[in-house]
Amino acid sequence: MNVETKPAADGDAIVEFRSVHYTLPRGQVLLRDVSFAVRRGETLVLLGRSGAGKTTALKLINRLADPTDGAVNVDGRSTLDWDPIALRRHIGYVIQETGLFPHYTVEQNISLIPRLEHWPTPQVRERAQELLALVGLDPAHFLKRYPHELSGGQRQRVGVARALAADPPILLMDEPFGALDPLTRAEIRGEFQALQQRLQKTIVIVTHDTSEALLLGTRIALMEAGELKGLYSPGDFLHSNEPVASAYVAQLRALEEFERGK
Amino acid sequence: MNLTDFLQQHGNEILQATIEHVWLVAATMLLSIAIGVPLGILVARRPWLSKPILGSANVAETIPSLALLGFLLPVPWLGDRADRLTITALTLYALLPIIRNTAAGITGVDPAVREAARGMGMTPRQILFQVELPLSISTVLAGVRVATVLTIGVATIAAAVGAGGLGEFIFRGLAMVNNQLILAGAIPAAALALAADFVLSVLERRLRPAR
Repeated sequence: MNVETKPAADGDAIVEFRSVHYTLPRGQVLLRDVSFAVRRGETLVLLGRSGAGKTTALKLINRLADPTDGAVNVDGRSTLDWDPIALRRHIGYVIQETGLFPHYTVEQNISLIPRLEHWPTPQVRERAQELLALVGLDPAHFLKRYPHELSGGQRQRVGVARALAADPPILLMDEPFGALDPLTRAEIRGEFQALQQRLQKTIVIVTHDTSEALLLGTRIALMEAGELKGLYSPGDFLHSNEPVASAYVAQLRALEEFERGK
Repeated sequence: MNLTDFLQQHGNEILQATIEHVWLVAATMLLSIAIGVPLGILVARRPWLSKPILGSANVAETIPSLALLGFLLPVPWLGDRADRLTITALTLYALLPIIRNTAAGITGVDPAVREAARGMGMTPRQILFQVELPLSISTVLAGVRVATVLTIGVATIAAAVGAGGLGEFIFRGLAMVNNQLILAGAIPAAALALAADFVLSVLERRLRPAR
């Protein structure tokens, strides 16, 4: 529908927000006039405090919610013109609580979408093994386990593997490392960085952690109270004069100074 | 009369009545699951329907069972046959726990799991049959268990309208002031209830998803 109006500046936009508003039925405004584009192959981090509208923005991409006003385009097509099921299968989705199905084994969790898409069984099997190895879990050891038998970090890895199962070009991650202890978190984050480089997916990550944003993002979209405060490269973000951005940076610096002061 | 003599005299009759009883209960349970589970799903999906649906089931529960049979007797097709009438009345009783537990089971599914299922691109039907129902099956079964035990007890009333079952002995015993006859109905009914409770609770535990 909006094919002819692709912006010149972001010709390679795979996800695009155009003056998006999102208001709850009771009138509470969650997003106000948000516009930005996610370029093919980049990792865009939505950074902001709780309630800034990050998760809402994410849900507008896979149509777990529809914009009240404006449009969200995926592959140049408004999400409203997509069949929601087809759109969601085109986009991997990882959430903080992982949402693994407790009654399914790791293998069944990972192969769910390939099975729903009627992949031939041997291929589904192979894919599950491949993915598990990709996220650093030994298939022989983990395929037949149930989620409750895994540690938090392992569950999160399975969550990522499941999201990647049907090889979607876009990956949405909502606080993917948020529920993990700091050490596991750093570990998985490092693995994820390596994965990111191998896979070349377009990734949108929601976080409230500044260092995570700087480490993982090719660009950082700073959100505050439902508005987009700016889009930065990690380098620009560190030197930005924007008050909210510099508040985040100041908080990082304080930690560094504490270390140095020792 | 001692027990052996009694059993010799009435054994076949008791067996016959037990089979009738089981048939009444089984038919009732099949019918009430077929009606109650969909209604429970509906209640979970549309919370505003919860009051009217659970309310009606609740009201049915409060009607004394003999009176309910009496009310249903003049209803055209229903009143024609005693078993039809009884199964309908028993179903009305059995519905409440089944509807309530189905709704509770589905509402109780971890929101993160449902959110993930939706976000992955499962259709509402796939979410219901592959995620929500399997995850709430043990809660639904708990409702079925309560309903079954209840139905086995209430089904003894069926004898009042001539639908047979173990109630025959109880009514006859009451009329003849014969405790042995009453027990000949009551003991098998209690045994049936205990057996059903045991089997269903094992099943319930088996099917409970691990956390």
